Amino acid sequence: MNTFSLALRNLLRNRRRSLTTLLAMMIGICAVLIFGGYARNSIYALQTGYVQVHGHLQIQHKNYFLYGSGNPAAYGIANYQRVIDAVTHDPVLAPMLTVVTPKLQLGGIAGNFAAGVSKNVIASGIVVGEQNRMRAWDDYGSMSYTPLFALTGTSPDAVVIGTGVARMLQLCAPLKVSNCPQAPTAPPSDERAAPDDIAALSALERSKDTPPASQTRIEMLAANVHGAPNVVNLNVVKAENWGFKEFDDTVLIMHLAQAQRLIFGGAAPQVTAIQIQLRHTAQMAGATERLTQLLAGTFKDEPLEILDFETLTPIYGQSIRFFDSVFGFIAALIGVIVLFTVGNTMSMAVVERTVEIGTLRAMGQRRGGIRALFMCEGLLLGVIGALLGVLTALLVASLINHSGLTWTPPGYVYAYPLKVRVWGDAGLIFGSAIGLVVVAIVSAWWPANRASKLMIVDALRHV
Amino acid sequence: MHTVTLKQVSKTYHLDSVGVPALSDINLEIRPNCFTVISGPSGSGKTTLLNLIGCIDRPDQGEVIVAGQSIQSMSDDALSDFRARHLGFIFQNFNLLSVLTAYENVEYPLRLTKLPASQRRQRVLALLDAVGLADKVNNRPGQLSGGQRQRVAIARALAPAPQLVLADEPTANLDSQTGAAIIALMRQMQRQHHVSFVFSSHDPQVQAEADDAVFIRDGRITHVERRSDLVEAGA
Repeated sequence: MNTFSLALRNLLRNRRRSLTTLLAMMIGICAVLIFGGYARNSIYALQTGYVQVHGHLQIQHKNYFLYGSGNPAAYGIANYQRVIDAVTHDPVLAPMLTVVTPKLQLGGIAGNFAAGVSKNVIASGIVVGEQNRMRAWDDYGSMSYTPLFALTGTSPDAVVIGTGVARMLQLCAPLKVSNCPQAPTAPPSDERAAPDDIAALSALERSKDTPPASQTRIEMLAANVHGAPNVVNLNVVKAENWGFKEFDDTVLIMHLAQAQRLIFGGAAPQVTAIQIQLRHTAQMAGATERLTQLLAGTFKDEPLEILDFETLTPIYGQSIRFFDSVFGFIAALIGVIVLFTVGNTMSMAVVERTVEIGTLRAMGQRRGGIRALFMCEGLLLGVIGALLGVLTALLVASLINHSGLTWTPPGYVYAYPLKVRVWGDAGLIFGSAIGLVVVAIVSAWWPANRASKLMIVDALRHV
Repeated sequence: MHTVTLKQVSKTYHLDSVGVPALSDINLEIRPNCFTVISGPSGSGKTTLLNLIGCIDRPDQGEVIVAGQSIQSMSDDALSDFRARHLGFIFQNFNLLSVLTAYENVEYPLRLTKLPASQRRQRVLALLDAVGLADKVNNRPGQLSGGQRQRVAIARALAPAPQLVLADEPTANLDSQTGAAIIALMRQMQRQHHVSFVFSSHDPQVQAEADDAVFIRDGRITHVERRSDLVEAGA
């Protein structure tokens, strides 16, 4: 019979009170772990979504991120294929890569001039097959329901637009866009839908490509590499919801070759970014280091820089900080509840066992021995509570993970399975458990100290 | 050498701001290997005197010498260690630890003296056998009668081989027959273990058994009766 054994028996002396205390601790740590697991899953889902769209890293023309969206021609990467080849054939980088793909982003005006409407858009020219491979990235087993691009297998002039763009271009009916009330009729005007020169360019473009007449054809106007207006005739194959309304109202996705033809015409085509997707996010630091070496060596004369997805999507870091703050708030709240619950339990135990404390002290137990006994009881409550809480959290997490529930992250239009990632997160489990045990010990300290300082004669007289 | 010597000992308790003198100018010597009974009416200071002799309280004035050592200058930890080695306690309400078995209750003070486990076991079993509870070693206090609990308490008090055992009204919660048996047991143990017993008691049976009787009233010793010659060790 040692101090721990005696402490355990003392806890079992008042089983109902000890169980109530343990229950409070179990619920507390369970709540912390479940939220922690949910937050981790949310962060993984966000990361998965961003990596599927942007890749882990992007090589861009220096300062394109800050200034280039207004003038893609001035911030293009001319020898992009050479850069891509260098990256994909690099013996250090190659094993880390899943996709390396070029992308051209540009701004312009999309017009359904037949209906007399136009809308400024932000267009992206992509290599569809490679973007679809990027969408298959799933390092965390999120099993997202990200669909393939609707451009898959389409003609070079095919584009996908946001549902907001479709509404404003009055393409709701042919593209089957819902929530699309009748647009107000424009007042009679002498003005034509497009100026003469633009109309002429549009007519020229139509005659050149001779596309079939269709209700889903639009023109896109953009400034070419020389600053002159250029027009392409495009076929909208689908309108998709892109989550954020601001994005949904401006997005237009086209084939890279089409975008390059619009901006660069017959000149050498460029891109605004080379997207690099790695097998694992953990490889980012190593890949960045190697890319930096490559750019500083082979491409030292090119004004290129490397940006990671966290820089490209600041909302990712903001989301992590938001989850961290909520987690901290919940953990602190639970900690205070546990602090007072254990403190109350130990205080009642001290009062009930005052005569016993006096007896032990009379027999020769030192003050430190009494303090250690009650601290041990707090420690045991903490350890048992943490253990049962962790087991309960794992059980609850497993039930949630097998429930088939889904959720859609903010700004997304496709869902992810709802998961609570407790199992395997040793930092979360041990951090929460150790935190609970520390809180239990701290809350036992004051009653334990009070017990150790009782006057023996007063304790023996206690009724 | 006397087991206990009190010189000019005074003790005052304070209720709020009012001082209540419990003992005044006490001079007393407890002989070794004796049954000493402290008698007196309620509120006379018996328990306070016993507390001072048992080193669980300190006097305001005077000197308390137990087993040849003055307790005045001892730190709290040193005094705790001193009690663990030299003193045993028997309480009116037995004060056994309810979560421990009879064996573990007797063993507890031996753990405080850091006695090796094998010697502890030998001594505990011998003591429980001596008090007639060899078949109750694994019983908890709740499974024992009042008399049996007090026997466990006696064994516990004697476990560290103390020089002095203090007993505060040890028969007050027992019927007269059980009380008589407990007194006989304590006398037997006192002789076997060559230890001094100091009681505070109203019980005539206890007073009749005393070698020395100390009478106290209003915090002062009125007289001391030495009823027998000094009991020699081993007698």
